[in-house]
Order: sequence, then C-alpha cells, then structure tokens
Amino acid sequence: MKSAHPRIDFRANTRSVPPKIAAATQKNAQTALRKRAEVVAAMGEENWQSLRAIAHDMRMHTITHLDRYLALVEEKVKAAGGIVHWARDAEEANRIVLEIARRRNVKKVVKAKSMVSEELEINHALEKEGIRVFETDLGEYIVQMAGQRPSHVTNPALHMTKEDIAELFREKLHVDVQPDPKMLTEIARERLRAEFLAADMGISGGNFLVAETGTLVLVTNEGNGRMCTSLPPVHVAIVGIEKIVPDWESAAVLLKLLARSATGAKITAYNTFITGRWEGGPEEFHLVLLDNGRTRVLADEATRETLFCIRCGACMNICPVFNHVGGHAYGATYPGPIGAILTPQLLGTGVGGALPFASTLCGACSEACPVKIPIPDILLHLRRRVLEGDRIEGPVGPAWMRVAAKTMRFVLGTKTLYLLGARLNRVLQTPLRRGDWIPWMPPPLSRWTMARPFPAFRGDFRKWWRNRAAGDSSLQEKKHER
Amino acid sequence: MKAQLFVTCLGENLLPDVLQKMVLLLERLGVRCGFPENQTCCGQPFFNSGFQSQGKEMALRWIDAFADTEGPIVAPSGSCVEFVKHRYPLMFDTESAEHRRAAAVAARVMELSQFLVNVLKVTDVGAVFPHRVTCHYPCHLTRGLGVRSEPEQLLRAVKDLQWVPLNDADTCCGFGGIFSVIYPEVSKKMMEAKLRNVEAAGSEVVVVSEPGCLINIRGGLKKMNSKVKAMHLIEILAEGGKA
Repeated sequence: MKSAHPRIDFRANTRSVPPKIAAATQKNAQTALRKRAEVVAAMGEENWQSLRAIAHDMRMHTITHLDRYLALVEEKVKAAGGIVHWARDAEEANRIVLEIARRRNVKKVVKAKSMVSEELEINHALEKEGIRVFETDLGEYIVQMAGQRPSHVTNPALHMTKEDIAELFREKLHVDVQPDPKMLTEIARERLRAEFLAADMGISGGNFLVAETGTLVLVTNEGNGRMCTSLPPVHVAIVGIEKIVPDWESAAVLLKLLARSATGAKITAYNTFITGRWEGGPEEFHLVLLDNGRTRVLADEATRETLFCIRCGACMNICPVFNHVGGHAYGATYPGPIGAILTPQLLGTGVGGALPFASTLCGACSEACPVKIPIPDILLHLRRRVLEGDRIEGPVGPAWMRVAAKTMRFVLGTKTLYLLGARLNRVLQTPLRRGDWIPWMPPPLSRWTMARPFPAFRGDFRKWWRNRAAGDSSLQEKKHER
Repeated sequence: MKAQLFVTCLGENLLPDVLQKMVLLLERLGVRCGFPENQTCCGQPFFNSGFQSQGKEMALRWIDAFADTEGPIVAPSGSCVEFVKHRYPLMFDTESAEHRRAAAVAARVMELSQFLVNVLKVTDVGAVFPHRVTCHYPCHLTRGLGVRSEPEQLLRAVKDLQWVPLNDADTCCGFGGIFSVIYPEVSKKMMEAKLRNVEAAGSEVVVVSEPGCLINIRGGLKKMNSKVKAMHLIEILAEGGKA
C-alpha cells in the first residue's frame, strides 16, 4: 500500500515527549476518567454493561449491513433537500469541498470539531486556496493557534495545562490573561463570535448519521457546532461512512454511551440534529461521505470491529501507554489504543506498523470501550500482519526476523534444545552476573537492562523434581499414575 | 486430587524457587502433582509478538505434552493460562481435531489462586507471614481471566499478614512481553509509576503473581534500592513452616 504519510517511528516520538506534556496528559485524562466513573456508577454497573452489549450488537449489525444503510442515508438526505457526495479518499473529499467553496466564493470557513477533517488535513487544503479557516471548538481553537494537531479525539488540548494555554493566548492574541479557564473561554468566545457571523461556509463532522431519517447528529459542549451549521450560508458535513446508525433508538443508545465515556456527562450540552436543508438554515447542505480506507477495514472480519468506534476517547484516557506519551507520539490523526489499530489499517502497515506494538496488551482499553471493541485482539491480528503478512497486506518486517523467529521456535519447541539452551544461559551469564542479578546485557537485551536488571538464570527445577522423586518412596506409584 | 504443573518458561528459567514452593504448597494441601516433562513454552511470546504461525507450532507441542495427563493444569501465571485458555481454541478451525484437543486443555488450565480458591475451596492454607503486604493486579490475571478477588482472599487469610491497599493496583506495570524491549523508554515510565504507588503504599512486600511482571517490578525495586520486596503469592502462602 502506497501512502504519502511518512512512516511513524513511535519509539523516536516517545523519546522526545517533554515531561510537561506527559504530566498534563495524565492529569486531564485522570479527571475525565474520574467523571466517567461517577456517571457509570450512577447508572449502575449492570445497566452500563447491558448498554455496552446492546451497542456492540447494534454496531455489528450496522457495520455488517453498511451498504444498505448508506443507500438509505443518501436517499433520505436527498429527499430532504441535501446534496450527497461520495469521497473515496482524502484528496477527493478535499476536492469536493474546494469546488463548493470556489462556486460559493468562500473566503472564510468556520469549523466545528471534526476528527475526519484532521484526517483530510482540510485546513491546509483550504488555506492553500487562500481561504481562512477558524476552528471554533475551544480545544481545536487552542491547538490551531499553537500550530499543533489535536492530541486526543474529544479533548484536543489534553496535553496542555491552563497555564500553557494562558501563555499561548498572551503570546498570540496579545491579551493579558490569567490561567483561568473561564477567562480563557471568554476571550475565545468573543473572538470567535465575529468569525461565525462573517463566515461563508461552515464545516462540521458528524457523530452519527441516522439512516431512517437521514439526520446528521452533532454533539458539542460549547454550542459552536450549532453556530457553524446554522449561521453561514453553506454547511458541509464530512462524515466517515462508519458513522451510520440505523434508527433513532440506536442513536439514543450511542448518545448515552458517548457522553458518559467522553466527558463523564449524562448528556452532552448541545445535541444538534440536521436533516437536509431546513427553514431558516443554510442555503445549501452538503453531506460528504468519506471512505478513506474504511472499506479496507471492513473487508477483514478480524479487524472490522475497529469501525465500531464512536470516538469517545475513553480508551486513550485509560491507556497507561497513552498516559505516559501523550497523543502526538502516535504520529497520526487518531492516537491511543484506537489509533494503534486504526492508523495501520487506514494508512497501511508500512506507515503505521510500529503502532500495534505500542501496547502492553493490558486490556484496559477494551474494558473501557463503550462499544466493546476487542482492541487487544485486533492489535495481535495487526502485529501478525506486520511481521507475517495476511491477505490484506504482505509483511513489512525484515525477512531475517521471520527466520530468527522460526529458529527460536525450533529451539524452544524442541525439548532437548530448550533444556540445553537453559543450561547454556546459566553458563553464559557468569561473566555478567552480579549475585542474583544481571545488571547489563548486550544489545538488543540492553533495552531491558537500561531500565532494570535482569534476574539471573537460576537452578534447575527439573533436576530438583527428579531428585525429589528419586528420594520419594512413592516414585513407582507416581509413575503409574501418570 | 491430581494436578499437572504448568511451570511456564519464565518460571522454570528464572523463578525455580517459586515452582518448588508451589509443589510443596500443593502437596501440603493434599494435591498430587504431575509434571509433564515435554512442556517447554506455551508459545505466547511468539504469538503475541506477531509470529502467529510459530506460536501455533508451539501450541501444538504444548498440547501434546499435556493432552494425555489427568486433572487440572495449574500455573503460577495468569498470562500463560489466559493464553492457553482463550487463544489456543481460536487458533484452529472449529471442526478440526486440533481444535478439540486445544479446547480440552483450555478447559483444564487455571492459575494457582483460581485452583486454590475455586477448586480446592481453600483460602486459609495455614501460612503465617507477619508483614505489611500490598498486591499488584496483573493485567492478564485480572482482566484476562477475571481473577479479581482470589489472591486477596488468600492473602487476607494468611496469619499475621497486614493487608495494605495499592493505588492503581490494576494498572499495567509496563512489562507487556516484547513491549518492554521494543519501547523500553515507555515501559520504564510505566514501571516507575507502578513503583511510586508501591512505595507510597507503605508496605514491606508487594505481591506480584505473574512471572513477567514479577521480574519487571522486582528488577525496578532492585534498581532503586527499595526496601520493598516483590514476591510471588506462592512464596507467601508457602511461609509458615508447615510445608
């Protein structure tokens, strides 16, 4: 698979994470988790689990019948006066949006928070055409000002403290402001108000698309989504094809799970429902349905559940790896555990092959996931894709690793060689051994000893077992029993 | 009651004393232990690193070693048990003979604390350990096998043992098998976070009933010259002089 995206070097990225970013990430993620735990407790563990199970089955049904529901969405949106576009990849999606912008002579765009738009790097595409783009979600507004990318799917500035943000505002906006969230929000609000009114186009993503009515569901906590989709004369919604839900009942289940998982709220502050063109609303409503690698994910049954994701960010908040490295280390649009399985599928293992290994397989993510995506299972499947290859992609790991693995397997899988190896280890360690420990080992095992000593290879359990059995009068009896 | 020892490759090569104590403990509780000598490694390190075909080869050998034995298969590791229990049956076509054999060993395999509490129905094994003890909850034991209360039940029944809670007890210690050498910097940070919580707990001992996590946490404590000792649950249960 060819991709313009540079290969992601997760290790190099993790080595350059400033401690400040790790600390802010941990603090903000822990706050989100605490709030989530409170609302889950309020609902009752049993109810929460049954809601997750319902959501998982419903997502399975939808993703399995995506073709049918997508056709239904198109039909309903068209019937409601909207214009539906299909985009195979980022380039095509950007071209569609740029064409609309050119036709409408758009100079200014206001954007509601959208991860899909990050995937497209649409801000860049628009700015290249001389169109100014304003992120209106507070977090996105902050990271845009900082010239960064969001580090989290629901909390773009998760990696920053309020002090960082105040400093940024002082520097970029030349305002005198204290690290007070309320004051900072007020400043952003005041500045954005003018842009909302002057914008020629509003761009949003979509949290869900309700197939039975062709309704775009948008949840925001600041009301900016509603402003972006109602004030400008043109509204373009770009939505990944996996965001479909069959009906309103399903949407209600996912809204309950999303709000609680993402922010620990029982309901998100603003739930906006847009069905095509509406009276008093924008003159044009465009829906861009984006593939950009999703049908490839769909094609593999073993990884298909990746598409269940509703982008709540709970897996990131709970992931111990994410907490220590922050979202930017994942090197692509989607960070954390979901990014570790989604990026290598969307961009190919040649680009994202390091990411399925960026996990200890601790399982905290799938336990937190509101739609029960078996993330560790998919990580394992993708590790195999990277090193052995499967029907989706050939191996990208070097051939010598496969030979080494096979040799190791032969040694460990042959009892005599395994026992010989164990004895050899006990001999070879002698010059390196200091008491019970081996403080240093040669590369590549130095990667272990750089963090902690390795325990000395010790004793011989089998010998102990045999000696004991030999000294045991019931030896004969034991032998017969086995 | 007869049980088969699944010693695990880490256990056999790095923690033989834990295995010996496990045998003595089980015998003290009236269990007759068998040791299928053809066992080597269950294949998890291969499979979880991405070399699934090699992992599968190892699994076939492991199944051969245990298939004709009798009774529960007991290991001092939740991770290896989880691998056999959950992963083995998925490796083979559901109609195949291999799958039947895999499912048969998967049904028999269990971690030591599960075996003690749920099969032997004992929590008080007669151990005495007059120390302040806290407990790390290994990921594959806790989330993988759903063993959340058994180790604590066993520890709380130990005479004179003072139970001390651990913050973020079920947060990963940063071992993660191959993860610890692919991303050593992150592994180290995770381990250090675990050690900070262990130190803050104010205990003399942290129980880590998983060979991988145990060598990680024990090594970390050694490196920082901590006074806290990391021990496998078995080492505490074997204390008390009755063995």
